Amino acid sequence: MQKVRLKHLLAIRWFHWVNFPVLFLMIWSGFLIYWANDVYHIAGFHFFPAWVYNLLHMNYRLADGMALHFFFMWFFVLNGIAYVSYTIISGEWRYLVPQSLSAFRDAWHVMLYDVGLRRELPPQEKYNAAQQISYTGIVAMGIGSFLTGLAIYKPIQLAWLTWLFGGYEFARLIHFSLTIGYLLFFLVHVAQVIRAGWRNFQSMITGLELEPPSEAAHE
Amino acid sequence: MNKRQREFVLPEKEARELFKKHSRRAFLTAGIATAAAVGGYEWMRSRPQENMAPWPERRVLRVNEAIAKSYLSDGRLAPTYSTSKIGKLKPNGTYGLDDDVDAESWRLQVATGGPALTLTLDDIKALPRVTQIVKLHCIEGWSTVVQWTGARFADFTRKYFPPGQSLPNYVYMETPDSNYYVGLDTKSAMHPQTLLCYERNGNALEDEHGAPLRLVIPVKYGVKSIKRVGLIRYTNTRPPDYWAEQGYDWYIGL
Repeated sequence: MQKVRLKHLLAIRWFHWVNFPVLFLMIWSGFLIYWANDVYHIAGFHFFPAWVYNLLHMNYRLADGMALHFFFMWFFVLNGIAYVSYTIISGEWRYLVPQSLSAFRDAWHVMLYDVGLRRELPPQEKYNAAQQISYTGIVAMGIGSFLTGLAIYKPIQLAWLTWLFGGYEFARLIHFSLTIGYLLFFLVHVAQVIRAGWRNFQSMITGLELEPPSEAAHE
Repeated sequence: MNKRQREFVLPEKEARELFKKHSRRAFLTAGIATAAAVGGYEWMRSRPQENMAPWPERRVLRVNEAIAKSYLSDGRLAPTYSTSKIGKLKPNGTYGLDDDVDAESWRLQVATGGPALTLTLDDIKALPRVTQIVKLHCIEGWSTVVQWTGARFADFTRKYFPPGQSLPNYVYMETPDSNYYVGLDTKSAMHPQTLLCYERNGNALEDEHGAPLRLVIPVKYGVKSIKRVGLIRYTNTRPPDYWAEQGYDWYIGL
């Protein structure tokens, strides 16, 4: 006997794969906008060096970037709302949201396991604690991008929101930092997906996982 | 497949077949969806342009504008600041400022639909004098706090627009040489913080900041705060706008 498991629900897969190009376009158009006032530095590193803009042909495209950003923002926000609503209604959130504070300790152990400093993974359900924290955190970041985005999009009509985020400049800085956060998330996420292998990646497309035949079945 | 059921324990052959069948279908769907997404994007970006932006983008910008307009209120004011918060203002953009204009020879043409008006700076200064310290938001992404003094555009309109006529939907302004021009929705123009401004930080406007009279409209990005206004026209046709013709959103309300 062999087990076929429905690992990822159809709706979740759609939300995930819709978000991927949409978030990419939001980041891309965001950088086209950022170019016009690229003031952020960290430890001597300038976001971004001229060669990055030149390489990617990002110069003098503020208008293009704004039009794209305010076009695809609808896809990003509506898809995000649909995803969060779905996880709540379907109960899927229970797998995705850390269920107790011990998740942070477990996540640390997962990291030690990942870098080879621990032999065993802590007990887990569908997602390990590090995944739960990441997948919940990325939703919180999305909400943060939406709100700080609104704060810098309508700083007069939504002045209270802009104030809440520490003013126009600070809201812009948070909005930018979250974007850098997505890029870091993406790097780790892709590295982990590669590590986990083809079967795991496939399940995010098909939803299914074919478990190896049990020993009992061979007898 | 039962929707609720998430595990199927089947004989090996059947399990594999089920897995294969569903995988094929899912990969096919993924392929079609990817092609549709790429195709849709390429289609959207290659549409004929309206003022340097593909028309689907323009259409969405108009939807965003309609939403923003419904939300725009004279009651929601740009936050004001104390004098200690006043920052440096770099003179960004000199379009329309090339001619020599002094306060004496300068005249403001006003087209209301009624008899044409020609006004002097003293006519504007005769209107109630308003000073406000507000943030200027540049479309490039920076902002700075400036003290502006001038007359409310709403007071100007009440005085010079023919009484009894309904106010048109748009206001158009251009520099004396017509090289820079902005289009405004009347509601934003009539916002109580929209000023026809003749002083910055307590001194008469410098040339590079639009002497002798400029617009200051805090509910829009700075590009709408046209320097050196030479003509004001009330109109029911959506007026052209210098930067909107370069691919920017026409409305750009904050």
